[in-house]
This record gives sequence, C-alpha cells and structure tokens, in this order.
Amino acid sequence: MQMPDPDRFVISRKDLIVARLQDVLPKGAVISDPAETHAYECDGLTAYRCPPLAAVLPSTTDQVSAVLKICNDMNVPVVPRGAGTSLAGGALPTADCVILGVARMNEVIETNYADRYIRVQSGRTNLSVTGAVEANGFFYAPDPSSQLACAIAGNIAMNSGGAHCLKYGVTTNNLLGVTMVMMDGTVVDLGGPYLDAGGLDLLGVICGSEGQLGVVTEATLRILPKPEGARPVLMGFDSAEAAGACVSDIIKAGVLPVAIEYMDRPCIEVCEAFAKAGYPMCEALLIVEVEGADPEIDAQLALITRIAKAHDPVEIREAQTADEAARIWLGRKSAFGAMGRVNDYMCLDGTIPVSELPYVLRRIGEMSKDYGLAVGNVFHAGDGNMHPLILFNANEDGQLEKCEALGAEILKLCVEVGGCLTGEHGVGIEKRDLMGVQYDPADMSAQMNIKDVFDPKWLLNAAKVFPLKTSAAHRGKP
Amino acid sequence: MSPDTELEIADAIRSATGPLKIIGGGTRSYTRHVQGDVLSTAAHSGITLYDPGALTLVAKSGTPVAEIEQVLAAQGQMLAFEPMDHRTLLGTKGTPTIGGVVAANVSGPRRISSVGACRDSLLGVRFVDGTGTVIKNGGRVMKNVTGYDLVKLMAGSFGTLGVLTEVSLKVLPLPAAVATVTLPDLPPDQAVAAMSAALGTPFEVTGTWFGPYHHQTPRKLHLRLEGAAASVAYRAQALSKTLDPFGPSQIDTDTDANRALWQGIRDMTHLKDQTFVSRISVPPSNAARFVEDIGQTLNSRMDLDWSGGLIWCSAHENDLADNSQMTANPAHVDPQIKGAQILLDRLQDAAGLDGGHATLLKAPVSMPACALFQPKDPARAKLEAAIRAKFDPRGILNQGLMG
Repeated sequence: MQMPDPDRFVISRKDLIVARLQDVLPKGAVISDPAETHAYECDGLTAYRCPPLAAVLPSTTDQVSAVLKICNDMNVPVVPRGAGTSLAGGALPTADCVILGVARMNEVIETNYADRYIRVQSGRTNLSVTGAVEANGFFYAPDPSSQLACAIAGNIAMNSGGAHCLKYGVTTNNLLGVTMVMMDGTVVDLGGPYLDAGGLDLLGVICGSEGQLGVVTEATLRILPKPEGARPVLMGFDSAEAAGACVSDIIKAGVLPVAIEYMDRPCIEVCEAFAKAGYPMCEALLIVEVEGADPEIDAQLALITRIAKAHDPVEIREAQTADEAARIWLGRKSAFGAMGRVNDYMCLDGTIPVSELPYVLRRIGEMSKDYGLAVGNVFHAGDGNMHPLILFNANEDGQLEKCEALGAEILKLCVEVGGCLTGEHGVGIEKRDLMGVQYDPADMSAQMNIKDVFDPKWLLNAAKVFPLKTSAAHRGKP
Repeated sequence: MSPDTELEIADAIRSATGPLKIIGGGTRSYTRHVQGDVLSTAAHSGITLYDPGALTLVAKSGTPVAEIEQVLAAQGQMLAFEPMDHRTLLGTKGTPTIGGVVAANVSGPRRISSVGACRDSLLGVRFVDGTGTVIKNGGRVMKNVTGYDLVKLMAGSFGTLGVLTEVSLKVLPLPAAVATVTLPDLPPDQAVAAMSAALGTPFEVTGTWFGPYHHQTPRKLHLRLEGAAASVAYRAQALSKTLDPFGPSQIDTDTDANRALWQGIRDMTHLKDQTFVSRISVPPSNAARFVEDIGQTLNSRMDLDWSGGLIWCSAHENDLADNSQMTANPAHVDPQIKGAQILLDRLQDAAGLDGGHATLLKAPVSMPACALFQPKDPARAKLEAAIRAKFDPRGILNQGLMG
C-alpha cells in the first residue's frame, strides 16, 4: 500500500511542534516518545503500521481547535482517531503526522427525552450512548459489531451501520448535529435538535467523510424508545438461491424485519465449533428478527415462516425463550471472533442489490477456488451489505497480496452488479485504490472539491479515500 | 428549455451564457423570484429501475411523482417520506416531479418517525454541475459509504449545486392499516407534551399534528399509527391509554378515512385560502412557546406537524391588514405587503432565537422579491458560498436562491 513520502522538514521540526502542542494541552496529553507512539501505529487494519510523529489527546473542543491551528500553521498532517477500530485503515498514521485522538472526550453533555436526542462528546463509545439512556427506555440505533469499543467520532467518520439498519438506518440517519473543528481551528456547529436544519445539508457530507473535512468533537444523536420486545427466527436452506429468494419474498410481502442476517456453510461450521449455538449444518442460514408486542411478533413471524416454507427450508427454529433467542444470535455475533480463532482473515463489506445475492455468492465461490483461498460469508442480507471473510495465512509469503487481489476482485464484482465497494467500513487506505472502479475522475473531483473548501492545504487524513494519483493535484503534490 | 436526455441537459448548461432558472414541474414555486432562462427537467422522465424485493426505485428527475406512486402502489409499496403536493396550497398548476421533490427535500408527516426526511430515503443521484459536467454519487443500495456523501448535499440544494438528472430511492411497504388517535382541544403546551409523550412510547407513531392555533377555534391533536391491522388496533389502544393524563382520546380505525386525513395534513390543503404561508423549524419542545409568543401579538394561524418541529404559520389577507397596523412606518406601503413583512420578520427573529429558521412559502402576489430562506450566520454563509462556487463556478444555477 503506497503512502505519500513523509515531509522531512516537518519531521525535522518535531521538537518544536511537540513543544507548541504541549503549550496548549494539559500535562500528559502529548505523546512523543517513540516507545509510546507505537501504540498508535495502526488501527483495526493491522497489516499496515507506521508510528506517528506524535499523538495528542485533547479533552475539549477548544483544545482540539488549538491543536489544529498549530498544525495548520506549521503544515503538519493530522490523522484523527476515534477508538482505532477501523477495518479500512482510516486512522493509519504517516511518519510526519500528529494523531489527534478523541478518547478523552467521552462525556454526555445533554440528554433530552422530550425531543429524543442525546448530545455527547465524540470519543464516547457507541454502546455507552445506549448505556446512558436505556434506563429511561431509549436506545441509540446504529450498532456496528465493534460497538463495545468503537467511538461515535469514528462512527460519524465512516457513517457506520450495523445489523439493524433495514429498519433504523445507518449513522447519517440518526445524526442530528455536530460540533466540528476545521483544520484552520475554526469551530462550526452543523445541524442540531431540528428536523430541518436549513441551508445546504453540510452535516450529510461530514458524516462519512472519513475525518478529512474536520474533527468532530460533539454529536447530537437521535435516540429511540426501545421496542416492547424482539424475537429472532432461524431458518436453514439447502442453497444460497433459496435463502436469497426467501429474503426477497419476505421484503416483498410487506414485512420489515429489523434485521435479516445471513451465514454460509463455511461460517456456520466455524461459528458452531466456537459458539455451539446449535446451528443446523446447511448451505445457508438466515436469522430474521422482528419487533413489537408478543402478539405482533407472533403475527409477523407466522407470515415470515409461511414465506420461508415455500423455499424448502431444512430447518425453521423460532426462539421460544429469551435464552433461545440469545443462542440464535450468539453464533452470528461471534462470527468474526470465531473466524479469527482459526485463521487470519480479511473482512470486506461491499454492498449489492439484494436480488443479486445468489449470483454474487456463486461467483465468490468460483473466485475462491481460482485463488485457492477459502471465503466465508456472513452479512446483513436485508440491506445487501455483504461481509466476505477471506481466510489466509499472514505468515506465509505472498498470501496477504493474494488475499488482497481476491478481495479486489470481489469488490469489483459488487460494483459490477449495481452495488458499491464499502457499505459501512469506509474506504480508508484499504479500498482507496479501487475508488476508480466505482467513480469516474469527475465524480471524485466533485468530492475532492469539498475537501478543498474545508481543508485547503489537504493536511487532514489526506492519504485516504482517493487514489494518491487522483488526489495529487489537490494535495499540491503533482 | 426542456431537454429530454442527460446529455442535452449537460449541453444546455455548458453552453449557457447567462443565469438559468432550474425547475421540475414548477409546482412548488421556490424559484418564483429567480431570474434566468428556464431549464426544466420535466421532459427527462421515466422510471429506469424498480426492484421491489430490494426496496429500490431509480427514476429520471422529470418523472411525475404520481407515476412513481402508482407503480409502487401496484406492488404494495410507497415513498415512505410522503412528499407533499404543493399545488392546492399554493394554487399552482403543473405536474410535481421526483427531481423537484429531492431538490427541495420535501418530507411529509412521517419525517417525525424513523423513516426520516426525503434525504434519508435518497440512495443515489446523477446530476449536471454548473460547468456542464455529469456527476454521480451514491448508488442504488441502502448501505454505501464509498467516498463522500454528496447525495444528502444534493437533497435540499434547490438546484443551486447542479441539475438532478436521476435519483435512486429506498421505498417501503405500504401499511395495510392506518389508525388515528385524536385528543380534542388541548392548549399548545399540553399538545406538544402529548405529542412528545406519544413519540416516547414503543408504539411507533408515524404522524403528529396539532392545530389550528387561531383565535378561539377548537384545536385537535392527531396521532397516526400504521401497520398490520391487528397490530395497529393494539397499538392505538395502548397509546390512548398512555395518553390518559392528557384527557380522553378517540380512536378511528377507518383506514381510508385516515389516509385522506393524513394526505390533507401532508398537503396542508386547509391553508389554501391563506395569503401568507411560512414553514418554521424549531426544536419540537420549543413550539408551544413559539406559537404563544407569535399568537399573542400578531394575527395568524398556526398548525404544528413533526411534534412541533415544523410550524406552519399562515395568515389570511385580513390578518395581514390587521398586522400592518403594528408599526407606523413605512406608512405608504400596501397593508398586505407590510403585514406580511412584519409577520415574516417576527417569525425569523423568534425562530432564530432557538437556532431555527423560517421559510416563506406563500406571500401576497404583489409582494416584491425577497429572500425565501432565513439568512444564515456569516461563517456558515461563507462555507456554503464556497461550496456553491466549486459546483457552479459561474454562479448561474438558481442564482441567489440560497444566499
């Protein structure tokens, strides 16, 4: 993975930069000892590492503003970092950069149940947002798998999704406002507790801009009342085609489950060995969850079961108790961990139109054979957000490259059938060089024009999202 | 000009030598004061893809909304953000287009539920920017974080960043049953509290309307529930019980009657005889104070949608004439215009206090051109102007409409 050459002049001024940062931050908030900056050398995409020049951990919006102003004045690249769980290398440093971590900014600023929002500092973890409101019967809907660890700042940067997007949408649909610091230190408030904030929808652009337009320090998030109940049903099928057709028929029938999750045989086997959830051994497994009061759930599950039966399921198991429901989810929720136990893997997250599911799964199977690397599929079937897991051995020479090549082929396939490269993880560096598969130069130019407005010097996370060649002119590095 | 291909739309913009007034069906009248040659997308029409099993529809920007709604209804689906039809309210003619809906981010009563606004259902766009370059963003899938999200930016940009040529939308199942829970004659603070309480329940309220706040007219609070018949009946009972502290409520489960009721609310047809109509956005809980403040000093009618987050302030010509007496100067101006200006200024001042804003939707015919949208703070205005300059460097698209 190519990264821009670090700026030698910036590196040569490290002591001065650190001293100026120390002037505006509390004691202990500037990390510059190489023994300690190693902690920030990578994020969840561990294949790529590079210790930063320094890392800072500010506690307030004003401190973030002061840091950015200094870095902007001294032309120091900045890489914002939430909890460092990005699977796309969104927080990968360069040797000349300052990592700006928001981990110390994790307070709840305001909860408003009348207007159903919570305002938090952006370093707060996703799950602890729900934690702050659940005693009052509310929750925050986006639920990425990493929700225990991942920060709201990162969720906003990547526009994170989760398993329940079919009904509740992704981060952008649940984000009402942000306080953001631009690279020159200017603090802007975008959106707020309004249903129509007026003016151009800049908030909509900030969400999913991968930390390239500003550093979000505070967020106003929509909270929702918890449903009366929820219950999953597990359904096994003999073929991907049958499962795919079943998903499509459920949606067409007018039911809107909160989640439809899919696992294929390789995943089922590994998860079963790990979690012992009692999954049937079959080609494709669906977990469908619906919400409501008991009689409402009964009615929806009866309809879903009736639809599924038309596709010759090998098994249908409705959870009768909370314990059974938990067991149905257990295997799915531990899928990534279980896979990681048996192999190194690369997790992709291309999205496809749901109707293309059987074709895409068949093609992935063929590609997997061609490359000689096993691929397990576990994903959000309701919204077409796939998660092919390519298994490889990181210690064997050439395997990572081979895995990346297969990953690229799979993502190209996703785009070819009308989908996209990434549904919720973001482009980062991982998919950066594939952007041209989905977007023409003019499409990317329109996006980069936005960055020119917010960060004219291209100092914020500049080596991500756009292929380096494509962004060179904007970055002033022709 | 009404080109019927994307290529011709691009040509028209590239070869334009002066400002262009961009319209769809021309039914929403946001561009009424915009100068320039008219460029209409109405001839660029047709549904290009409909995949009911994936809940997605793609259409060229000039496609009539009615055509889309009909095609969806045949498969038991709908545009969940229920875009309003402005024609009755504004007295306009023409055919509303999907491009116009997206450009104005038109969102109905269901905005208050997890469905969200038009922009939340928008999955992808194709558009031509001010240089005549065709740009695409997003796609046709529900989860897509590839590159920046210009899709949201284009929704509600009123043609100032580019001319939409194609939009891709998430659609939802059409609910089989609709019920309305109604509470009679509440004061505004109680009504706003009741709407908030209703939305805090797990019963999935998808519409909240209160009004009219006008003289001594009795006011009603309507709450909408949608879904399968048995589920709606259950939730209506449960909701009604929860709202007992606000007084007795009635439940109406006549689905057809309820659809008509909520379509009327969506289109604000009951305001059609008003000369002045403004939409005000404030945090929902502030709505009660807002209507009391305005209502005590100026003659107007107020209707609350989105739990109070959207206030419709309207006035009859007699109200405007009365309001014109409020200040002496300038004495020579037409009382209608003066009354409208006084009311609009007050609404913008009051909304601005809460960080909100007021938009002028309908004004006396003789009223001279003025900004329809409330001016933004200078820092924000500068940011928006810089973005417009990137997309439309010559500044020819709907010049001056958004600042």
